[in-house]
Parts: sequence; C-alpha cells; structure tokens
Amino acid sequence: MATMVTSTKQLPQRKAAGGPGVPGPNGRSRKGNGHDGPFPGYDSTANRYRVGMWVALASILMLFTALTSAYIVRAASSSDWKSLPMPRILLLSTTLIIVSSVTLEFAKRQLKSRVEGSYKSWLLITTVLGLGFLGSQLWAWRQLVRQGVYVASHPHSSFFYLLTATHGVHLIGGLLALLYLLLRSRKPLDDERFQSKRVAAAGAVGLYWHFMDVLWIYLFLLLFFWR
Amino acid sequence: MSGETHGEVHRHPAPTGFIRKYIFSVDHKVIGIQYILLALTAVLVGMTMSVLMRMNLSWPGTNWPILGTLFPGGAPGGMMTPEFYLSLVTMHGTIMVFFVLTTAPQGGFGNYFLPIQIGAEDMAFPYLNMLSFWVTLVGFIVILSAIFFSGAESTVGPIGGWTGYAPLSALGQIAGPGQGMGMNLWIISIAIFCVGSLLGALNFITTLLNMRTRGMSLMRMPLTCWAWFTTAVLALLSFPVLLGGGILLLLDRLAGTSFFIPGGLYISGLLSGTDQRFPIHTGGSPILWQHLFWFFGHPEVYIAILPGMGATSHILATFARKPVFGYRAMVFAIFAIGLLGFFVWGHHMFISGMSPYSAMTFSILTLSIGVPSAVKTFNWLGTLWGGRIRFTTPMLFAIGFVSLFVAGGITGLVLGQTSLDLPMHDTYFVTAHFHLVMGVASIFGMFAATYFWFPKMFGRMMNEKLGKLHFWITFVGVYCIFVPMHTMGISGMPRRFAQFTEYEYLKTLHPLVVFVSIAAIVTVLVQIIFYFNLFWSMFKGAKASANPWDATTLEWNTTSPPPHDNFAGVLPTVYRGPYEFAVPGAANDFVMQTEPEPSESPAGKGSGNGHNGHKH
Repeated sequence: MATMVTSTKQLPQRKAAGGPGVPGPNGRSRKGNGHDGPFPGYDSTANRYRVGMWVALASILMLFTALTSAYIVRAASSSDWKSLPMPRILLLSTTLIIVSSVTLEFAKRQLKSRVEGSYKSWLLITTVLGLGFLGSQLWAWRQLVRQGVYVASHPHSSFFYLLTATHGVHLIGGLLALLYLLLRSRKPLDDERFQSKRVAAAGAVGLYWHFMDVLWIYLFLLLFFWR
Repeated sequence: MSGETHGEVHRHPAPTGFIRKYIFSVDHKVIGIQYILLALTAVLVGMTMSVLMRMNLSWPGTNWPILGTLFPGGAPGGMMTPEFYLSLVTMHGTIMVFFVLTTAPQGGFGNYFLPIQIGAEDMAFPYLNMLSFWVTLVGFIVILSAIFFSGAESTVGPIGGWTGYAPLSALGQIAGPGQGMGMNLWIISIAIFCVGSLLGALNFITTLLNMRTRGMSLMRMPLTCWAWFTTAVLALLSFPVLLGGGILLLLDRLAGTSFFIPGGLYISGLLSGTDQRFPIHTGGSPILWQHLFWFFGHPEVYIAILPGMGATSHILATFARKPVFGYRAMVFAIFAIGLLGFFVWGHHMFISGMSPYSAMTFSILTLSIGVPSAVKTFNWLGTLWGGRIRFTTPMLFAIGFVSLFVAGGITGLVLGQTSLDLPMHDTYFVTAHFHLVMGVASIFGMFAATYFWFPKMFGRMMNEKLGKLHFWITFVGVYCIFVPMHTMGISGMPRRFAQFTEYEYLKTLHPLVVFVSIAAIVTVLVQIIFYFNLFWSMFKGAKASANPWDATTLEWNTTSPPPHDNFAGVLPTVYRGPYEFAVPGAANDFVMQTEPEPSESPAGKGSGNGHNGHKH
C-alpha cells in the first residue's frame, strides 16, 4: 500500500520556496500575500485595494459587454432601428471626463510628493468636473426629451438612455469615492501607515475613475459612430 | 497551541455586543454560518414546493384544504390550479438554484473555510462580506414575496419557470397570472442576488490572491480553495450578464421598450398596440434573452457544483488516507470546466432555431467538458484505490457525490448532442439529468462538507449513526426519484405540465409517477433526521478535538471552533502540500501542512502548530 503514495514523497523538497529556507511570502511569488512585514516596504493594503479594484472592474466590464452584445444583436436583427441624432452637448461631457482623469492624475502626484493643499484642490477640481459631466449628461437627456425622444421611442433611444444611465450610476459611485478621499484628506498626515493607505485608496479610486472615462469614450463611440 | 504567546504582536479584539457578534458581524465565520442558515431555510421552502408539485402530479384533483387557506388565489378550495403549479415550478427552481445551490456551497462553506485554509485572519474586505450576505437575504425576502404579494391575482407567483423566457416574461399582466407584479419582484430579486454574489466573488478572489499566509503557494492550496476561487471567477463574470439581461427585461416591462418583444404579438386575445394593457412593441428579439440568460445560466451550473467537487476531493483524500491522485490535473480540470462553461450556453437553445453550424459548435464544446469531468472522476477513483478507507458519514456522502456526478453527468453527453436533444428537450429526461448532476450531487457535496466541517464550526461532532441512516435513505431515495424520470422522459413525458391525466399515451406511466412521488416524500421526510442531527449536535454532540479526522490542512490547526481571528494572533507558516497522507517514514499517517521538514525543525514538535508563525 505504501507504494501507492510514493509520488508525493519528494514534493516538499522540490517546492521548498516559501518554506523556512526562503522567507518569500507566497511560495514562489515575490509579491503577494496579504500580511504586514514579510519583507520591508511591502504594503498589503495597497495590494488589496488594487487587486480588489481590478476584480471589480472585470465584473463591470462584463455588464457592459452584455449590454453591448444586446445592442449589436438588437441593431442587426430588426427593421425598426432609427439612428438617434447625437446631442451636441455630449462633446462637452466627453471633454469634461477626459480632463477630470488628467486632474485626478495631478492629484495623485501631489499626494505622493505630499503636497497636501494642492492634493486637495486637484481632488476637488476632479469632483467638480465629474459633477459637470453628470450635469452635461442630464442636459443631453433634456435635449432629447424636448425633441420628443423617450426611452421607448425606438431601440436606439432605449439603448442611449440605458447605457448613459448605467454609466452614470457607476460614475456616481466614483464621485462618492472621490468625496471619501476628500474627507480622508482632512486628517493630518503624520502616520506612515496611514499615508500609504491613503496612497493606496487614491490609487484604487484613480483606477476606477480612468475606467469610467475610457468606458464613456467607448460607449460614445458605440452609440454614435458604430453604425 | 504552544506558540500562542510567542510571536504575538496584537490581536483584533472580538466584538462583544450580541448584534455586532452574531447579527451584523464582519467575521467571515459568522457570515458563513449565516449563509448556511439562509440556505437551510430556503431549501425547506424549495423542498416543500417540490412535494406540492409531486402531490399534484400523482393525485391530481385532490383537495388539500391547507393549500386553499395558504394560497386562496392559487388553490381555490384547496385544489391546485395549473397556473399555481407553474408558479411552484418557477419558485422551486429559482429558490433552489440561487438561494440554496449558490448560497450554501460558496457563500456558506467558502466564506467560512477559504480564509482559514489559506491561513488568513479574515476576508480581504470584511464589510463587503457582511454586505453581500445582507443583500442576499433581502433578495430572498423579495423572491418569497413574489408568490404572496403579486397584486390582483394574489398568491400565484410568476409562471415562466426559473429561466423566465421572453416574450411572455416581458409582457406583464396580460401574459397570465403572476406575470404582473410577481414577475417584477422575481426580476428584482434576481438583480439583488446578482449584486450580493458579485460582492462575494470580489471578496473571494481578492482574499485568495492577496491574503495567503507565508509558504502557502498556489499549488499548496487545498483543492477546495481552487474550487471556490474558480467558482468566484465564474460568478464574477456571469452574474453581470444576468444583471444586464434583467435590467433590459425590467425596462421592457415597465418602460415600454422592445428589447425582447417582437412586433405583432397576439397574447390572451389581445393584439399588440390595440389595447391599453398591451402597448405597441416592435422588433425585439426573444432569443436575445435566451442568450443573455444562458450565458449566465450555464456557468451557474458550475457555480453550484464546483465547490462540491472541491469538498469531495478534500474529503476523499482525508478518509482514504491517501494524497489526492493527480493534484495538478485536478486543478487544471477545475479551470478547464470553468473555462469551457462559458462557451457552451447554446446547448440550452438547440431548438431555438439557431444555425445548425453553431449548434454543432456548441455541441462539440459541450461534449468536450466530458474530458476534464472524466479526469476528475478517475482521479477520485484513483484516490480511493488502495486506500485505507474510513467510512465516516462525510466520506459516504463524498462517495455518493461521485456516484451522482457520474450518473447525472453521463446523460449530459446524451443531451449535448443536437440530434438527441431535439426529441429529449423539455421532457423529464432533462429534469432528471440536471436534478441529479446539479441539484442532488451539489447537495451531496454540501452534506459531505457539513458532516466533515461541523466539528470545526461548532466544536462538537455530529451523530454518526443518524448521519449514516440519513445517507443511506437519501442516497437510495434520490435514485428512486430520478432514475424513473429518465424513463418518463424517453417515453415523451413533457416537463412543466401540471397533470398528465388527459394524455392517453402517458396513462401507463402513472404508477411510475406515483412511485416517484412517494420516493420524493420519503426522501424529504428523511431530511428531518439531518436537521435534527445538525441542531441537536450543536448543543449536545460529543466534544470535538482540534483535529478529529486526522486531517492535514490549516483549518485543523486551530481550535474547534476557531477564535475570532482564526489563529489566535499567530498566523501559521506552511511547509508542504495539502494532502500528505501516508508519507513513508513519517511518524503518523498524516503530516500537517504546518509541519517543517525534520532537519529544519529543532523543536521537533508533532505538529508545528504556530510555533513558526510569523508576526502579524
């Protein structure tokens, strides 16, 4: 019976990385596991926020992939498709959100180089630009309503309202995250741990915000330039 | 626990108030138990519904006075209406798939044991974890309300089945009783559930990638962790698609759009656009809903069963006292099943009028899932082969899982072929197939997990005699229920019919229908033993030691039940793979993952529990 199990005998020797000989945290990986102090300079929170945000973005991406495929199928399979004229205000929306991504990058730089006041103001500018984007989107809705184009008018308008609303809801999440960063920036910056947490949080929010930016550009192109 | 005070820096204090400790807890262990309790409640509802359905099929036209009292709209005077039967079908399916098969294996056991098995103190985002449970609970309350508060028609839930096919699901009240408010609530509940599951999946993935303890390389993780991880990835990528589909469906119903509703429909004597209750719709595609639904629906099947596969591998190795046969192959098989699961949704739609070429593609991809499934099955058998098997209750259920997985999976090869699916689809053959493989097999995995981990969760053993009694009657019972269903299906008995008395060619099958119902009722009643055993053992069971099964993984390294931070402040270090049983030359027939190599452990402790733990 003992002959059945010989295959595992050498396993520990072959895969000793991460064991006592090698103090790397996660087996063979250099980065990785979530605990404080497996090696100097390692920050578990940063990693956690970053990984968590990428995972969250993957699921949001799937939501919009599903809606996109619905859009393409619906557009291709029907004879009742009418193209919606593009509300001009959307060009303003697009500009605002692109600029907001840039200002958020400025804010993150200021945070890293610890220029407190300037960090706050860039953050504030980003938030205002985000609000401006939302306002501009609402204005686009208003313009369409004035022209008598509603959700149920025709499939393209349905998708326009649906996609802008879904994107808008996610963007509101981003605005809340920016507000959270703003509130946190009121605490003093004395603790090293706290600072690194803040950088990590700002990094994750930045990732989300840029994603929202790129997502809007994609939706904009899909809605008005795909057909 | 010799090293408990050794490397201790600080410990997270356990909450003291009752509400923070047991109700709005952020402790993954409490949340796991909450999920399990939710599933235990939901499964009672789902089982009751299945018994009601069986009663109507076997003894149609009988008066059940209690039904008349509970569901005055659905069973006036105690006699079930066909619409009420259909709403039972819908609710049974939805509750079982979402609130039992997704909730218990992943949310319950995954939540409880994934962090412990990788040596973490908690999930990566404890608050999100708490949120995911409470969101799921709200979803459950909403789905229950769908049958009771469905407006004018009262006490008839949605009648479209758990797949909610468009266009009837998109039209509202005119499509039948329960299709009004009940269907709205159904969609909202699913959407809420999607959000809860996504939060959970996000947490699982981040925890596993980021929180493993020192030495816990990916290939040293127990197979349960791999299964939970793959399940989380599936949930993360498939639930958003269902959510998107649900939003479109709700817009069709509430905002008058036409995503899924084609033009010129004539429903319940009304032509689209000629009546206030049926506004004009044009150009929608009902097939689009099927694509979106099944793109989620097929991975969902693996969401239900993969954790059961993980638990089975884990338990088979433990009680066969042998390493898992082909650990790496098992890991890749889990991934292969998960990956292929995303490319086979079309096999649910062979008769939807799809091109025979795409049907062929879906068919080939579907059959190819047989390869990793067979790898897993043969590896399970290889694990058992020549082992010194301990036939405990969890082991029996794990072996039962293998049996049911094979029995239910083999008919998947039948249904996966377009030519055979054409006559078989929408018959009891399909019902039998997916109940065996997705329903009962997953539940057996969960039974195995419950009996196996109960000592760790509650510090007491479950009663073995009752457990074995529960196993044997359930095991024979489920085969008595589902094997005859295959025969019925081949004879052409359609699914979702409230009764068969009107069909001459099915009359000879009636004794079989009655037999299945009796088997179902007996099997359901036997679950009382399980519930009794579970709750009785929580308080009166024999005390369990830290490692009652002589197992090797990290959860057996801490006390039963584990302390609030799992390892009492000192995280373990892992030195070896998860299934080192019967290692030649070792003192015991099992070597814990925390045990260092002999040359490198001057202390030479039996199980290096914590004394090499690194500081937190």
